[in-house]
Amino acid sequence: MSLAWLLRRLLLMAYTMLVVSVLVFAITQVLPADAAVTLLGQNATPAALAALRQKLGLSDPVWLQFWHWFWALLHGNLGTSMRTGLPVGPTMFTALSRSLLIAACSILLMLVVAVPLGVLAALRRGRALDLFAGLVSYLGISLPEFVTATFVLVVLADHLGWLPATGYVPITKHFVDGVRHLIAPVLTVSLVLIAHVARMMRSETIDVLASDYVRAAELKGLARRTVLLRHVLRNALLPVVTVVALDVGYLLGGIIVVEEIFAIPGIGRELLIAIQNRDLPSIQAGALIMAGTYAVANLLADIAYALLDPRLRYD
Amino acid sequence: MTDLFRRLLCTKQGAIGVVILLVVTLICVFGPALAPYSPDHMDYLGRFAAPGVRHWLGADQFGRDELSRVLYGARDTVPAALLATLAGTLAGAIVGTLSAYAGGRWDEAIMRTVDAVLAIPGLLLALLIASTLGAGEETALLAIAIAFAPGMARITRSVALAARQEEYVAAAIARGESGTRIVLAEILPNVIAPVIVETTIRVAFAVMLLATLSFLGLGAQPPSSEWGLLVSDGRAYLHDAPWLVLAPGAAIGITAIGFNLLGDGLRDALNPRDER
Repeated sequence: MSLAWLLRRLLLMAYTMLVVSVLVFAITQVLPADAAVTLLGQNATPAALAALRQKLGLSDPVWLQFWHWFWALLHGNLGTSMRTGLPVGPTMFTALSRSLLIAACSILLMLVVAVPLGVLAALRRGRALDLFAGLVSYLGISLPEFVTATFVLVVLADHLGWLPATGYVPITKHFVDGVRHLIAPVLTVSLVLIAHVARMMRSETIDVLASDYVRAAELKGLARRTVLLRHVLRNALLPVVTVVALDVGYLLGGIIVVEEIFAIPGIGRELLIAIQNRDLPSIQAGALIMAGTYAVANLLADIAYALLDPRLRYD
Repeated sequence: MTDLFRRLLCTKQGAIGVVILLVVTLICVFGPALAPYSPDHMDYLGRFAAPGVRHWLGADQFGRDELSRVLYGARDTVPAALLATLAGTLAGAIVGTLSAYAGGRWDEAIMRTVDAVLAIPGLLLALLIASTLGAGEETALLAIAIAFAPGMARITRSVALAARQEEYVAAAIARGESGTRIVLAEILPNVIAPVIVETTIRVAFAVMLLATLSFLGLGAQPPSSEWGLLVSDGRAYLHDAPWLVLAPGAAIGITAIGFNLLGDGLRDALNPRDER
């Protein structure tokens, strides 16, 4: 991994964010909403509306509006919410921190479950465990989050009564209660991740098991444990890094739905509320922050991949 | 073609997928004939009826038969998901092929922009577009098509680039075959396989996305019995009438599993060498 590679990668990310911000701005421009009406209400006088439009710069040409917005963005100013009148940035980043907690827990749970499940399924091909892993995978990739979340609610909260139904308690405030509120959303979000990664892990392990270097290691008389840990697992895990990064995209999409269902004030829920209220600055900020999070996840995955794979280190 | 179908049925996933999708297709075509009631028929005495002889899958808050609603709902869900995927694939394939054909700086510019659009999570992009265009079944369909196009463009491009460098293409050029013939007879049959597999799997995703958009209130509107909408309606009565959520939820899941299995089966059938 050379400095030039890293610079090129960062430049690409900057370009990505530029395109995303143009796109997000364009989409919100087309939104059937008049900011002045949203702020002053339906009964405002035409004169008041015109004055506010002038003040907000709504009568400027679109490219100038974009430039003002983008310039403020570069200075870390994401605008003021039309719904609450509060600055959008702090609200969104607080919400993001809650979402990231769910995301991190889900990825952790996924790694703990999916990696062993995939490897074991590959080692016991065609047997009961393999079939079970296959079934879980198909369920995971075929059930949308709102269905999984509802099933989880029916079983764990309603029938068994093990978990609180909805709501959010910060773990800094009350740890045990906070964790109890996190379980159902994390289970929901991680199911689809487990499905993807277990499948990937299984097919990669099968490939690696059939490779020459594993056969050589076995013929050398290395213990099976050593072969599995040092040769098979290490090589099979590599492509999984990329899959996990791509899955962050699914995860962020899924989190919108999961936060809505479990009433968690994360970035997804903020964004949905913003969309329902046509709160343009909040929509723009929420969408940008989500895309930015995804871009950073991909960058980290690329760096991790370069660090893990010695072949890529010297190009 | 019949050969491919036979090979598809020989794979475990392919066979199960074909059976599931056959049932789904039959429900789309004959659902209204099979339904015991009209989906809008309200039976006030049968409100929240549990699954039983009268209502196989129970009844909702208006006493409407859940089985009939799910059967009718197939028509609001499956064809729209298919259409959205096909439109997205077609748009993506055109962009991807053009990009590969143009090459050089244009290719670089197009693909970097495609990558940038892909940096927006699919559901988020569909959500933004759907909210721009206004809630409705058609706009949800369009939103999914647009959200799918960049991914398909990327796949088509990489496949087309790989095919251009194959020896059989060089051989065809050496034989003096025309450009159109090379594209249609040599490249297309070879690039189409991965695109078909990806498209099939994406239909499953489209079914899920469409239902999710309806669930969030941006897709089909009441009194439609689109499956995502049914789940959304039933959620208020989760405690007393869980079947209102379980039945349409299972319908979404089974249909998506069908397309996922078919996609995996097709992948195996199209690459006989790669057995997994």
